[in-house]
Amino acid sequence: MIRALALLLLWSGPGLAQEQIVAGMSQNRVSITADFDGSEILIYGAVKRDTPPPEGQGPLEVIVTVEGPSTPVTVRRKGRVAGIWINNASVTVDSAPSFYAVATTGPLNHILSDTDNLRYGITIERVIRAVGITDEADQAGEFLLGLLRVRTNEGRYRVLQGKVELTEETLFRTDVILPANLTEGEYKVRLFLLRDKRVIASQERVIGVRKEGLERWIFNLAQEQPLIYGLLSLVMAALAGWGASAAFRLVRT
Amino acid sequence: MQLYLPIAEVSVNAFLLLGLGGIVGFLSGMFGVGGGFLITPLLFFIGVPPAVAVATGANQVVASSISGVLAQLKRKGVDFTMGWVLLGGGLIGSAIGVWVFRLMTALGQIDLFVQLSYVVFLGLIGAMMFQESLRSLLRARKPGAPVRRSHVHSWVHGLPFKMKFRASGLYISVIPPLMIGAAVGFLAAIMGVGGGFIMVPAMIYLLGMPTKVVIGTSLFQIIFVTAFTTVMHAVTSQTVDMLLALLLILGGVVGAQIGTRVGVRLKAEQLRILLSLLVLAVSIRIAVDLLVTPGELYSVAPGVLP
Repeated sequence: MIRALALLLLWSGPGLAQEQIVAGMSQNRVSITADFDGSEILIYGAVKRDTPPPEGQGPLEVIVTVEGPSTPVTVRRKGRVAGIWINNASVTVDSAPSFYAVATTGPLNHILSDTDNLRYGITIERVIRAVGITDEADQAGEFLLGLLRVRTNEGRYRVLQGKVELTEETLFRTDVILPANLTEGEYKVRLFLLRDKRVIASQERVIGVRKEGLERWIFNLAQEQPLIYGLLSLVMAALAGWGASAAFRLVRT
Repeated sequence: MQLYLPIAEVSVNAFLLLGLGGIVGFLSGMFGVGGGFLITPLLFFIGVPPAVAVATGANQVVASSISGVLAQLKRKGVDFTMGWVLLGGGLIGSAIGVWVFRLMTALGQIDLFVQLSYVVFLGLIGAMMFQESLRSLLRARKPGAPVRRSHVHSWVHGLPFKMKFRASGLYISVIPPLMIGAAVGFLAAIMGVGGGFIMVPAMIYLLGMPTKVVIGTSLFQIIFVTAFTTVMHAVTSQTVDMLLALLLILGGVVGAQIGTRVGVRLKAEQLRILLSLLVLAVSIRIAVDLLVTPGELYSVAPGVLP
């Protein structure tokens, strides 16, 4: 009974909102080809209303998140052992996205409440699932901070506060840069409308990221036919080695 | 021009890779080494994951060794009997090496293990080579000093299973060449090197082979061991990056031919001193990385510990 009530409450939250999102993206697929050097995706949209904007409420805010495929990761820490730096502690994080960007119209702690952050999983700290890591090492929290720092430095995790442009509480747009070291998979794009730190509407889209052409072919062959792939690498090396010495013999004579 | 490497999953400048291959090829042509010990650490520095760097390095050594052995065949500088025996040991060593490589990857200590192998082996060989070539340089200046015989009888000659090696003019046990081959195969798998820098001195000083056949025979063995290593890495961990290898090889074969030209103009002692300094420099550079406090203590690897 309580569960049903809670479900009803949850469902009625954004569902009954008078404001809804109409969104679009500059592209819904990204091809990793040989000359892939990152990609910029424009995410834009408008707020659809049947009635005028509600009076007496805070201003409209928008949050856009882009989330790459998640995998378990191992976070290791170096320590000094006998004078040299080696990995001597590690924790396993159940699931961390390979890419995560949050773009907002304003500072996150001003526009988003902790409860809604928890419910919708908006900031990166809420997206990473790390159950039970406290048992694996001392100061397990430090490992999570380390993970965030490493991935932020690699350009994989980004917080773009104030990077969503909102015009007349109706039109919004933001650019999200996907880095060159991208992983394949489905990238989930979520859009949230907020008022008074509460989510009032949300929408989800997907961008497909795939290796294409030569990249696709090499990667598939390496995964599916590793023996043939290894032998092919050798044939290539042998041809190049033989070809070079033959070519230079021609030049000499 | 940026190029996305399909296996390493990083985007690298294509000309940087060609240049890297070219410089290493130049040095390897000049000094007559495979260049694996240079290319693998250089790939670490530009951000290629260590596992991919090692496996792809082995593939690159195949190409440069084939190019080298063809030149040696013309000079009749290959002792095939010895080559096959060394190879037999090499394949065993390589299989063990690939297995240890996987074990260390699972334990999260592969970077350390590879780095330590580099520091220890390059440091040791570099120091020995430097000392030896310095001594011979001094001896050349001081005529009348006693010359050490290269062919001395030692414990090596007392072992069983003797065999004739015609091209080398040797009648020795097969155990020492097998062991040398195995040690080199092991290092090839772990360090992504051909192992010529270890095998050449071992052949001269331990087996007493004539210098004329040493380089050709070691290259002959290296081709097969690195080829085997490449396939093993491709099958067990899918870490050979064909595109990366192709660029390195293209740069490398051109550089090697130029390097060979420059090499013949320098004296053997000078070459050996320069090579030993280069080997020592690489070893020290990697050692510094291990000793200096790293900027980031944490590292992230996808996947779960087994």
